[in-house]
Amino acid sequence: MTGNNENRQRSFKEKKLLIGLITVAAILLTKLFVIQIVDDKYKIDALNNSMVYDIVYPTRGIIYDRNGKILVGNKVAYDILVTPRQVQKFDTLALAEALKIPPDFIREKMAGYTKERRKIGYQSVVMLKQLPPEIYMRFAEIQYKFPGFRGQVRSIRDYPINAGGNLLGYVSEVDADYIKRHPDEYKPGDYAGKTGIEAARESELKGENGYHIYLRNSRNQIETRYKNGEMDKEAIPGHDIKTTIDADLQQYGQELMKNKVGSIVAIEPSTGEILAMVSSPCIDVNVLADIGKHYNEIIKDPYKPMFNRAVQAPYPPGSVFKLVNGLIGLQEGVLTPDMEYPCHQGYAYGSHKLGCHNHRSPLDFEEAIMMSCNSYFCYVTKSIMENKEYRTIDDAFDKWHDYVESFGFGKKLGSDFPSELGGNIPTSEYYDKLYGKNRWKFTTIISLSIGQGEIGVTPLHIANLCATVANRGYYIIPHIIKKSDGVEIEPKYYKKQYTKVDTLQFHKVINGMWRAVNSGFGSGGTASIAAVPGLDICGKTGTAQNPHGADNSVFICFAPRENPKIAIAAYIENAGFGATWACPIASLMVEKYLEGKISEERKPLEERVMQGNLMPNVKTK
Amino acid sequence: MRNQHERDFGQSVDWKLVICYLVLIIIGWVNVYASIHSAEPASIFDLSYRCGKQTLWIITGFILAAVILFAINPGFWQSVPIPLYLFVLALLVAVIFFGIEVKGSRSWFEFGPVRFQPAEISKISTSLMLAMIMSRNNYKITKPGNFLLTAIIIGLPMLVILAESETGSALVYVGFIFMLYREGLSGWYIMMIGMAILLFILTLIASPFTAVLVLIGVIWFCNITNYRNFIPNFLIEAASICFLAFIPHIWGQISEAAVPAAGAVISTAERIAGSIKPVYLLIGIIVLCIPFLIYKAYKNRNSFILASILSFLCGLALIFSTEFIFNDILQEHQRKRIEVLLGMKDDPTGVGYNVNQSMIAIGSGGLTGKGFLNGTQTSYGFVPEQSTDFIFCTIGEEWGFIGCAAVILLYIFMIWEIISDAERSRDPFTRIYGYCVACCIFMHLFINIGMTIGLIPVIGIPLPFLSYGGSSLWSFTVLLFIFIALYREEKKYF
Repeated sequence: MTGNNENRQRSFKEKKLLIGLITVAAILLTKLFVIQIVDDKYKIDALNNSMVYDIVYPTRGIIYDRNGKILVGNKVAYDILVTPRQVQKFDTLALAEALKIPPDFIREKMAGYTKERRKIGYQSVVMLKQLPPEIYMRFAEIQYKFPGFRGQVRSIRDYPINAGGNLLGYVSEVDADYIKRHPDEYKPGDYAGKTGIEAARESELKGENGYHIYLRNSRNQIETRYKNGEMDKEAIPGHDIKTTIDADLQQYGQELMKNKVGSIVAIEPSTGEILAMVSSPCIDVNVLADIGKHYNEIIKDPYKPMFNRAVQAPYPPGSVFKLVNGLIGLQEGVLTPDMEYPCHQGYAYGSHKLGCHNHRSPLDFEEAIMMSCNSYFCYVTKSIMENKEYRTIDDAFDKWHDYVESFGFGKKLGSDFPSELGGNIPTSEYYDKLYGKNRWKFTTIISLSIGQGEIGVTPLHIANLCATVANRGYYIIPHIIKKSDGVEIEPKYYKKQYTKVDTLQFHKVINGMWRAVNSGFGSGGTASIAAVPGLDICGKTGTAQNPHGADNSVFICFAPRENPKIAIAAYIENAGFGATWACPIASLMVEKYLEGKISEERKPLEERVMQGNLMPNVKTK
Repeated sequence: MRNQHERDFGQSVDWKLVICYLVLIIIGWVNVYASIHSAEPASIFDLSYRCGKQTLWIITGFILAAVILFAINPGFWQSVPIPLYLFVLALLVAVIFFGIEVKGSRSWFEFGPVRFQPAEISKISTSLMLAMIMSRNNYKITKPGNFLLTAIIIGLPMLVILAESETGSALVYVGFIFMLYREGLSGWYIMMIGMAILLFILTLIASPFTAVLVLIGVIWFCNITNYRNFIPNFLIEAASICFLAFIPHIWGQISEAAVPAAGAVISTAERIAGSIKPVYLLIGIIVLCIPFLIYKAYKNRNSFILASILSFLCGLALIFSTEFIFNDILQEHQRKRIEVLLGMKDDPTGVGYNVNQSMIAIGSGGLTGKGFLNGTQTSYGFVPEQSTDFIFCTIGEEWGFIGCAAVILLYIFMIWEIISDAERSRDPFTRIYGYCVACCIFMHLFINIGMTIGLIPVIGIPLPFLSYGGSSLWSFTVLLFIFIALYREEKKYF
């Protein structure tokens, strides 16, 4: 009896479930009925019509310099699109004439489309890219004769000033690989920044594609806007970017660096903003605009113009590094400014001698900086390394390494510029490994005293050192993007990074640097050529050995002495003494930036720099 | 004897199911071809394209089906569930650590060119396990121990799959509740799930106040139906619910009037009036009734009232945690999909893109569709995932309402047939397993088609037998053919 009852209840439940099933089916079918038959919203026409998505490309954000000058703008160009299914017989010669291309080009293209007609279907394909408006206008006049052909507006990059080719980077169409690396963000036909600022700030600059939806009738002709454009999406232009670059200074730097290999980096010390960053040889902006055409010749160029030396080339810093060793010595208490050391054209140790140039002896600290005495800094570094406070040279060396790292050396500074390299500062482990523990001593690493040996730093590092000295003990991470509407920069670009050397020590170094420039010819100051009356430039020369040919010429300076406005580093490969090339170049930059022009008495110097051609000295591997 | 056997062989297989299966497979195959047709013109057998690979899956699927039907003794399925269930569970856990990541979820194993998803086989192993446990003689779902065991069997794989962030596959397990209902679970459980979804949606699109009001109304209504004098009670309920609905309005009037009257203590009065929301008043009134109700329940020995109070409190908890669940537990994409579905945000280019495109594709099919290979929306790639999860768009566009209706009716017929077969069989194992199969197919059907036509949020699960993909095709084939084999064994009793 109960079993029977249970069975009845069960079959009752089965019925309920089946009724539920039918109800769900009815719901699905009703909704389908509504969207397929009742509602016009989702239905276009029963006659094989469909929608055509016409992509509207956004204009990329404009890149400005610090004074609001446009570094990179946009200009209009036209792509010619073909919809092969709509093409009728046409006059190939007339079209070729209008578009200024050989008729065979069109014939080949059309033959290709016929081959791939199934793949293309009703879609449009790009036949010609980036035509200038003059040519497009000629085509537009006779467009009615060529059904299936139409123009599509694209905005491409335009460079009003020839400044900062390497810095800005280029934009080109995304390839399959790029799309794979950025899934869902790019479609074939989109453009993207590939290097420099264009790449670093791609997300802000790129904007967003929009589309217009058109309806196509059964003869595949576009008839009207779908729902009067209600469902269209307008392209959203990219954000503008304001850089810290001074366009005039950048351009002037590029002119000075013509026919020289190396770089100049100028920083505003109080903010860490990069005013100019020249890497020579650089890419001409006209090449940049049409990179696809010139890509091969750029890649083949033995001087590697794509290589941004300012942030990517690790060089030995040479004598400018004496400033760092001096500051460490002062801080560690093993050096006082009035200590004097002798120099007899070098520093002798064992049977070796580290040479120096001819100057009077002995010298005190300021004079040693002013005259860039090698021996003096060998003594200084020796007393750092053999400081009795530390048990072994390993400990002393590690301490030294900590100091050096606090200046930003040996690591990426963290600038917002892509592809920055960190350079190299050796560690005690490195020497332990190379020579064995306790098997090395100061004389083994003596070249570090004068910025040679295992040290590798980029020109950006050197400029940052200069800014640190100018600020009396701190730097702000150098950066190239300024905060502006809609573009934020990271908080670290406002933060003062103090070195481990007390800020009170710096004025002693600065005195030496001031005397190096402003003591007049004949005083022994190494950088007298950089002196500009009234500007109070403080500087330090450097001459770094280059295993490939002549020495590299290095110079850092900042000005004015109080409240410095600019700190600059110039590094010229195979150019000899610091005073010969780097020194005039950097000082001309400073003068240009602070005064706006070059004074009459320094015109010949400018002339000499601009005419100078050091390319024959540079050995390309 | 030999003749007898041959007759058995032919008659005992449920050919209606097999034919349904074959027709669905062919529809799927043709539409997978159509969905990629004009982008990649190729032969339907070309192995480098999806339709060609699908051909391969179909042929191997047939072989699997034949093996299950003719080579494996149906008794095998009654002995295998425990090891199989544990093995698949282990696979499900392993895939979290060793699987590859596809679209944000770690649920695929990759062996060279072949990928497979353990979540798909887990449907089979769970169904077999349920059938075995629940067909034991002394099993009764109303026993708490048995109920708990069943819940664990369903819950374990479901939780692991959720951890793989395959929400869709996990949701399918909710469908087993219909099987449990058939096996004696109270209908109130289904009711409660439905109510929870309703409250969730109401809280999101209307307000917590509305949700609480509806909750009170429904619970009250359920209580009234138990009384003899239904109509007067119903009228009283309707009137009081209407009165309660005016609370926000009345409260607004009072607090407005209170401010000028209070004079000197404006700020205090204002603060009190402003800080008490009408919904708290409503809840306050109801909670005041609770002791009275408990007393009444005790006096009449009416446990239904107690259950009502408990459900009310649960419902309340859900309503107040909705905001939290929605904003903090759901993932970004899930939240957006729900927002689009409920019309809280219109976003035709972002998250709404899929649904909008899919509905345009289906809608443009009209009554009779554009014809085979003539679809433009799907084959130009406007609809994403068009050969897998959105395969129904191709059917909708190229075959129109008639095609869609045919496909849906075919599924309904298949589910109906499975349920009838299950009811007819004597062995509870076959019956329970049959219901499990029906539930799985039903959930996939409802979720997948519901998603393409904008009835439910976008949840990526395949359409059984139709969507491109070996894992899904094989597992549904095995799922179905185990049932056909079991049922064939049954028929020999007739």
